[in-house]
Amino acid sequence: MMEVVPENAPEHCPGTQSEDAGKASACAGCPNQTICASGQIKEPDPDIAKIAECLSHVKHKILVFSGKGGVGKSTVTANLGFSLSSNPEQEVGILDIDICGPSMPRIMGVMNEQVHSSGYGWSPIYVEDNLSIMSPGFLLSSPKDAVIWRGAKKNGLIKQFLRDVDWGELDYLLIDTPPGTSDEHLSIVNFLSKAGIDGAVIVTTPQEVALLDVRKEINFCKKLNLPIIGIIENMSKLVCPKCQHTSIIFPPTAKGVAGMAREMQVPYLGDIPLDPLVGKCGDNGKSLPHTFPTSPSAIAYKNITEKVQKFCLNNVAPTSEDTIN
Amino acid sequence: MENLNLVKNVIVVLSGKGGVGKSTLSVQIAYGLKALGKTVGLLDVDLCGPSIPKLLNLEDCTVHQCDQGWVPVYSSQDKQLSVMSIGFLLKHKDDPVIWRGPKKTAMIKQFVTDVCWGELDYLIVDTPPGTSDEHLSVIENLRKQITGAILITTPQNVAVADVLRELTFCRKGSVPVLGIVENMSGYICQNCSECIHVFSKGGGEELAKQENIPFLGQVPLDPNLAMCCENGESILDALVHSNTKDAVLNVIENLLQVAHN
Repeated sequence: MMEVVPENAPEHCPGTQSEDAGKASACAGCPNQTICASGQIKEPDPDIAKIAECLSHVKHKILVFSGKGGVGKSTVTANLGFSLSSNPEQEVGILDIDICGPSMPRIMGVMNEQVHSSGYGWSPIYVEDNLSIMSPGFLLSSPKDAVIWRGAKKNGLIKQFLRDVDWGELDYLLIDTPPGTSDEHLSIVNFLSKAGIDGAVIVTTPQEVALLDVRKEINFCKKLNLPIIGIIENMSKLVCPKCQHTSIIFPPTAKGVAGMAREMQVPYLGDIPLDPLVGKCGDNGKSLPHTFPTSPSAIAYKNITEKVQKFCLNNVAPTSEDTIN
Repeated sequence: MENLNLVKNVIVVLSGKGGVGKSTLSVQIAYGLKALGKTVGLLDVDLCGPSIPKLLNLEDCTVHQCDQGWVPVYSSQDKQLSVMSIGFLLKHKDDPVIWRGPKKTAMIKQFVTDVCWGELDYLIVDTPPGTSDEHLSVIENLRKQITGAILITTPQNVAVADVLRELTFCRKGSVPVLGIVENMSGYICQNCSECIHVFSKGGGEELAKQENIPFLGQVPLDPNLAMCCENGESILDALVHSNTKDAVLNVIENLLQVAHN
């Protein structure tokens, strides 16, 4: 299916879904001009309905966003996953769509696994009986392999992950994304438009240079009518393991994360300290909530997970057919 | 490529991983080179998350046009440090840039060809994390001018893994790798002076050894550096002597040594 702005499009392509598609002056000479002008590609992408069908047994879908890189999206996704699956009655899946930097296999301790196919599709990798994961990391044959793909190719893989993975019945599907507001983010929201997304959790660190990007991410969600479950403030403070002295490593200026959340009228889900145990677990593929359950970070994750669950249970995931305020 | 004719060296700052300090170190290296009397340009090609204007305290600046193209923003009256970022082109700084690859590629090409950099000793290019449209666009448009790339990482495995992929990207694109910088290497508790390895230990140096690449140095995790970033200041101008100051100077010295050998 043609992407909204195909890779071979000219610089001022109006977009394949535009009224001017194929007719604008910029379209002259474009290889897609005839097909755009014919109106064929404004028809809905049949894969979107297929994806909705494949994910019909997934009760809640949550996107994990951040404008900023390195704030801990993947770590937060993993620990939310571990927290949710600590209830043995709950089935949890994690989809990693950070194609260039797929961290999830390492963080979840399943780095050297390979994906197998069955008649039902690709089988996700099971971390625990009730916690499974799919990541582009499983498709790379060596840790040195780089995925040097432009946007359109990345979108193709994301679609495959949504359409062709045999998730089975899930209570929660958490989707870890790369930083930014680009192809992957537009595509995941588009591809799930019929399946429905409960909402997005946005991760940040306290400093203003991170908040700059988070505000953009909030506005991105608002533009796409994507509900925001809330903001998580990661790496809020460091407690010295030796003397218990608290230090603020990433100093907030102005109102801080909670103030920004209030100003932008989005929920503040809580803060997670900058804890060497978190990094240690991530590097060794261990579950923080299981390995260090009484640590301040694990308690913070438990509290945040409860709020996320409450949001999902109280709100119906909107789809493209709903009118959203 | 006339606008690049007088640019002597182009250094691309890369990392597979987000949040390791690419923009922070791009700015501190730019400030450091300026302090050595060099004329420096800083090009921010992180279109979705442009941090450079904030880190240089230039957020309210706008870009002007001249006959040859865009005039970069100068960080100070001496015009020794010039900057271009999409941040200067946004109407409101909270506006998201929701662009797919082809539009990002086109913008980066404009940034490379249409900015009147003038005579520069160094053009530093700050990139977003990853190995995608922006990175390919930078390599394609600056292929002839690139002196080399520096790779930023933090010590832990999850960062080093991404940087290893970035190294593959450089090798596939025939981009010389000038070296690796390990950022956020340990935090000294202000109370008991214990060194806390918040993001694990030593991964960047080990990677450099393993891949036979120069190790340009370690920079500690320092709230003072974070504060300098918030205020648009150079750590090298900070009044108090610190390990961070020495570390940044060390990185710059090593970088210049590798770049000019």
